[in-house]
Amino acid sequence: MPGTLLIALIPLLPLAGFIIAGLFGRKYLGRSAGYLGTALMLASALLAIYTAYSYFTAPNGGEYPKIKVLDLTWLQFSDHLSINMGILLDPISVMMIVVVTLISLMVHIYSLAYLKGEERFPTYYAYLGLFTFSMLGLVLASNIFQTYIFWELVGVSSFLLIGYYYDRPSAVAACKKAFIVTRFADLGFLIGILILSNASGTLDFDTMISTLTSPETGAAQKSVAASFLGFSALTWGAALVFIGGAGKSAMFPLHIWLPDAMEGPTPVSALIHAATMVVAGVYLVARLFPVFAVCTPGVLEMVGWVGAISAIIAAIIACTQTDIKRVLAYSTMSQIGYMMFALGVSKYGGEAGLGYTASMFHLFTHAMFKALLFLGAGAVIHYVHSNDMKDMGGLRKQLPVTHLTFLIACLAIAGVPPLAGFFSKEEILLAAHHHNMAIYWIALLTSGLTAFYMFRLYFSIFWSKPYQPHGEHHHHGSVLMTGPLVLLGIGAAFAGLIPFGHFVSSDRIPLASHFDLSFSVLPVALGLLGILAAMWVYARQSDRADKIAAAMGGLYKSAYRKFYIDEVYQFVTKKILFNIVGRTAAWFDRTIVDGAVNMTGTATQKIAAGIKKIQSGKVQQYAVYFLTGMILLAVLFIYLLK
Amino acid sequence: MQPGLYHILFISGALFFTGVYGFLTRRNLITMLMSIELILNSVNLNFVAFNKYVWPGKMDGLFFTLFIIAIAAAEAAVAIAIIINLYRSHKSIDVENAEDLKY
Amino acid sequence: MNLLLLIGAPLLTAIAVLTCRNKEQVKWVSLTGSFIQLGLSVALYFLFQQEKALHPGDQFLFNQEHKLFEAININLHFGVDGLGVAMIMLTSLVLVAGVLVSWNVEKMTKEFYFLLLLLALGAYGFFISLDLFILFFFLEISVIPKYLLIGIWGSGKKEYSANKLALMLMGGSALILVGILGLYFTSGHSFDIMVLALNNVPTQAQYIIFPLLFAGFGVFTALFPLHTWVPDGHSSAPTAGSMFLAGISMKLGGYGCLRVATYLLPEGAKEYANIIIVLSVIAILYGAFATMMQKDLKYINAYSSVSHVGFSLLGIGMLTQTAITGAMMQMVSHGLMTALFFAVIGMIYDRTHTRMVNEMGGLMKVMPFITTVFFLVGLCSLGLPGLSGFVAEMTVFVGSWENGDAFHRIATIAATASIVVTAVYILRAIGNTAMGPIKNEAHLQLKDATWNERLAAILLLGGILAIGIVPGWLNDLLQPAAHEIMNRLSGK
Repeated sequence: MPGTLLIALIPLLPLAGFIIAGLFGRKYLGRSAGYLGTALMLASALLAIYTAYSYFTAPNGGEYPKIKVLDLTWLQFSDHLSINMGILLDPISVMMIVVVTLISLMVHIYSLAYLKGEERFPTYYAYLGLFTFSMLGLVLASNIFQTYIFWELVGVSSFLLIGYYYDRPSAVAACKKAFIVTRFADLGFLIGILILSNASGTLDFDTMISTLTSPETGAAQKSVAASFLGFSALTWGAALVFIGGAGKSAMFPLHIWLPDAMEGPTPVSALIHAATMVVAGVYLVARLFPVFAVCTPGVLEMVGWVGAISAIIAAIIACTQTDIKRVLAYSTMSQIGYMMFALGVSKYGGEAGLGYTASMFHLFTHAMFKALLFLGAGAVIHYVHSNDMKDMGGLRKQLPVTHLTFLIACLAIAGVPPLAGFFSKEEILLAAHHHNMAIYWIALLTSGLTAFYMFRLYFSIFWSKPYQPHGEHHHHGSVLMTGPLVLLGIGAAFAGLIPFGHFVSSDRIPLASHFDLSFSVLPVALGLLGILAAMWVYARQSDRADKIAAAMGGLYKSAYRKFYIDEVYQFVTKKILFNIVGRTAAWFDRTIVDGAVNMTGTATQKIAAGIKKIQSGKVQQYAVYFLTGMILLAVLFIYLLK
Repeated sequence: MQPGLYHILFISGALFFTGVYGFLTRRNLITMLMSIELILNSVNLNFVAFNKYVWPGKMDGLFFTLFIIAIAAAEAAVAIAIIINLYRSHKSIDVENAEDLKY
Repeated sequence: MNLLLLIGAPLLTAIAVLTCRNKEQVKWVSLTGSFIQLGLSVALYFLFQQEKALHPGDQFLFNQEHKLFEAININLHFGVDGLGVAMIMLTSLVLVAGVLVSWNVEKMTKEFYFLLLLLALGAYGFFISLDLFILFFFLEISVIPKYLLIGIWGSGKKEYSANKLALMLMGGSALILVGILGLYFTSGHSFDIMVLALNNVPTQAQYIIFPLLFAGFGVFTALFPLHTWVPDGHSSAPTAGSMFLAGISMKLGGYGCLRVATYLLPEGAKEYANIIIVLSVIAILYGAFATMMQKDLKYINAYSSVSHVGFSLLGIGMLTQTAITGAMMQMVSHGLMTALFFAVIGMIYDRTHTRMVNEMGGLMKVMPFITTVFFLVGLCSLGLPGLSGFVAEMTVFVGSWENGDAFHRIATIAATASIVVTAVYILRAIGNTAMGPIKNEAHLQLKDATWNERLAAILLLGGILAIGIVPGWLNDLLQPAAHEIMNRLSGK
């Protein structure tokens, strides 16, 4: 194993990039901030690969160990509760650091060309560094509060990067939306942390899991006794933590921010909103998987259903969108739904834990091909200066490398063997088939739709009508752009061949991968059917698409309008929260509370104004008062107070 | 018939209220001053009467009366000085005009 | 370290300012003086750590006592614990920043700086006093300069705001005075905090005195519904005035609630804890929702202060050691954050001559430094990890959660919900001012921060980051102080 310092450098190098580029980039570094960030990222990625290599090859007794490389007390709340900053190495965190650093490296390189000539180039690299640091801190966290801290930090880096083009109102709206929606989910996460930490008496992942899952400690039983609205405290805790994950991972109904987040620069979408940050929710559930599986199977079932519903809804919406980045965004949401329900149908330990392995496997392969798709889409957008499918078509001659790699990615995501997506998807379907048939059928349908919309995208961009250039500047991507595409293309093509179960499993004991050819026939056939359907509709310029859309009527329209979920949110936030609650609070403060204060003042003045009239300056009036007073006092003393 | 205490008290009471009435209703400061003198004299009468009928052996009432007469003289002097000054500044000795001290 | 230095330094600076001949001299003398005070307070921190290591059992260090009025037992008794040290550091930092951002005050410069220093003097004296009478004396010293600062150098309806603020604070002082006298007469004719802590006040008397003291200090720290001086006062005050008001003055109240009310009257605190919790949760949510509707940057920060200070009061009401530590942290954090917030708002206002969010836009293009600071302080306000707000709020939440019953749980959940609303109004403010297209062509000519503004922002930001990135030191400083209060509450 590499030493502590080397492992700690994996997240710290991008942080250094952030600090240097952030403080000095604008004035002194200029374009070299990008090269610096890329160099640091390269070092970090090499360290991560080295760490992964030594972790997985180190001798172990048939079970991968959990190694706490570092554990520093950051904030001591009370005797047993403390936030520690630590580094926890276990199969999933090691897998994640490789994914994060690699994709981040690709994006760093790609952006050198993509954002060439941008005024805020150093700032961009600073943000990228911040994001990568936060994401690595998140996956390496040994303490649930540490996860929360980095969770928020990835949220803010995502905010900053979505709002990179800060002078576009749409980007500003999108970054605010992304931050607030995920923030709302984070609220659930925070309360979930409080409940779980209270139930287990610790914030440390390891101790928390072992306390909650082992029957001897009785922590789980105790919190079962403490119930609220009929659910045990632990159920609430796990469900709330999942809500946090669902927000970050854009699960239905908290997904509304993800499509809008495409306002950010395309490489950012590839890094944050496709490959790494959005899978943080999946990672979080995986991290706490024993708690979900052993203590709260009900919540795990909910995870499964939320994942399945998100997968199918996103796939349907993706079929109707015309902005290529939005199609990819919904596709991301759909694929993350896959990962989620794979976790949902899994059990803890052994063969039954296949879903867990499958989910992580899909996370891994998805990172490759989805980053590739986004970077490819970026190259296309870079070339035609538009996000809209209508402005594209016939680009296969102009962008041959992009075309080829994009095709590989589409085939991979459609689950065509032997590309990466095929293997991971098969495992997920297998797991679903074993444990929940309803989810299996939804997954199968989604898989067919996925093939359809991805090839709809592919054919619309690269085939369809012949290309008509409009606009002057057409940049063929330099090698800085095509290089990452090719590398990721190799990954998307071959990553599936890794015997993933051998490395990652729910109980960290290697799991044999198994493929059943007869089982694979149906999904692959469906996938091919989807591809053929897309080819029939979109490969040539025709009015078939419009006809189908017209035939679908209301379904098409509501899918095109994203099932009106945005409108519902708009109504709740604008009408109810802003207008009713906010306005009332502001009004109440100004009129009632402040009114009471002002009234005290006014009342004092009024009374004083009344009383001062007595002081009329007329001597004889004073004499009358005096006389009356004397008489009253005389009466009082002589007759009443004898 | 010998005049008794009550007769004298009646007279002094009448005198007192005459004075009060005059003080409250007259607008002329000089008349008001005269009303005050009436009030003071009614008090003097009371003192003398009580001294004679209630504590015949003592002289306190008489001394008080003498004091009051002396003070009344001094007061009249001061009051007339004030009135003259008021007349100088306001060209009037009507009490209605002397309300600069209001509020 | 002789604590009288902390009173002497601002006093001498204030006198020196009065003898200055011109504006330049005034500025430099005040700046030097305030830097000396900053140095003193930092030195105090290190000396305190050293002394604490030597005498771990002592609650108050650097004790000194001088007889003042022996007949009625009023003494000059000074001493500090961790909370005092933290507040003194906060005060000196805000003072330096306040002096720096007021560099361009043209009207009656000498008097302006004199009053700033007087206010700081009052705050220092308040934080080191262990005699309630002297404490009260310094509290009053810090009220009058506020009135003048707003009334003379303010903007908008400044006379109204100044009157309102001074009258409400005086009303609070009146309650405090009654409470202090109550303490004096019910427990052995002493004003000394250490003596009062030994002679327990009778429980029945605590039930009467506690609400007086808590409400009195509550006015200072914007306890709902006694908070309405905050929006008006802050919005009318000059920049440095707002900074002092929110950064220091509101903390006087919080400190008093802890040190005087809760520490001396533990039974009263227990009796009224639930009311405090309800009021603070209302303040947190209601302040946050009211902020959402504001259009003036200063009003936004003023209402958000009401919301943030609510966390501090919530921590006090929760009566657990972690929560009380969190309350103290929130006081420090909010002091730094809100001072910086007002400083930035002042810088923006000086340039754009408007504070209305809808009249600005895209300022990031013309003033990257100011907007970056604005971003950071906004993120601090919404509790982003790595900045001080997160540390303080999380400590309060975790401490609150230690109470296991449904009432406390629901109150905590309601309070945590405000982090979402906070995000909404902060992002709205930032989005409308810093981001988006430039709305006003004239704004294209604006300049970024000058050296003094940069220095002020960097100093306060340094404090925020020092707490946010390495919170351990502040936690270690405040935990023992919270522990002493807990000891009183648990009757040890």
